[in-house]
Amino acid sequence: MNGMTLIVKRITQLMMPSIFMLGIYVIVHGHLTPGGGFAGGVLIAGSVVLMVLAFGSEEARSSALKWRASLWESIGIFIFWFLAILGMIQKGPFFANVIQKLYPGSPGQLFSAGMIPLCNLAIGIEVAAALFAIFITLAVMKTGEKQ
Amino acid sequence: MLPFLVPLLILMIFGALVALESRDLLSGIISLGIIGFALTIIFLILQAPDLAIVQIIIETLTLVILIAAVLRTSREDCTESWGMRKAVVAGTGLIFTAVFIWKFIAILPYMPVFGEPQLRMARVYLDSGLTMTGAVNLVAAVILDFRAYDTLGEATVLFTSVAGVVAVLRTVGRKRS
Repeated sequence: MNGMTLIVKRITQLMMPSIFMLGIYVIVHGHLTPGGGFAGGVLIAGSVVLMVLAFGSEEARSSALKWRASLWESIGIFIFWFLAILGMIQKGPFFANVIQKLYPGSPGQLFSAGMIPLCNLAIGIEVAAALFAIFITLAVMKTGEKQ
Repeated sequence: MLPFLVPLLILMIFGALVALESRDLLSGIISLGIIGFALTIIFLILQAPDLAIVQIIIETLTLVILIAAVLRTSREDCTESWGMRKAVVAGTGLIFTAVFIWKFIAILPYMPVFGEPQLRMARVYLDSGLTMTGAVNLVAAVILDFRAYDTLGEATVLFTSVAGVVAVLRTVGRKRS
């Protein structure tokens, strides 16, 4: 895939940070407003995909990028599993919201609801990296090409 | 609500048929998009903004990925179909359609009224979700606290599917054909 024209590149440079920030906003405010880890993660992946589509895939063809996407995906799901067994470490049930008991916060504030924002963050990291890895694998990498 | 839903559902079925039958893969993918975006509007009409957000974003990204994949490989649908195969496919489809319609008509009287769930737990979630979890967004409270097992399973399914895609389409260690 080659890069597109100068107009597309400039518009992409203008739009991409806002889409990225919107993704972070949707993830962080997942327990307050509609959205959450999944929607925000897809937004972040979409912003990076937009960048790759506009500027061509020569930069993205390195195997280090794919490797890094896989790494962040694993980190995301590892955090999620860790949060899940956090309750069992505290001798509670699986997925017990222990942080909510320690630090209740007031409903409607950003720092409230205990584990839910952290879970949203983990899912956001995982989904963003996973969809970007799929995009890299399906659309950019050539099968049979020497790396 | 119903006058909006029925045309959208008909449009979705039409899009699915076109996506199945078109010989050009690009137009097939575009008509696949009809299903997703019509589903977004249906979610908005049914007052589910969480689902609508996820659906519209994932639909856009999936279309981009599929179109990029098609443009890099081939636009032609190379499925071969001969007499016996067509007959088997059509027969199986007809049998399953008949069974599903028969069973669906049988259970239809026992279904709850549209939009009024009869689950006992749903009322508990709605009433005490805020006090028990502290999350203002009830959907987040349900999917990440009450039903967090489900979300963990979904995340694991996504992880496994990406692992499968990366493993099947790998560039390291392939046999040269």
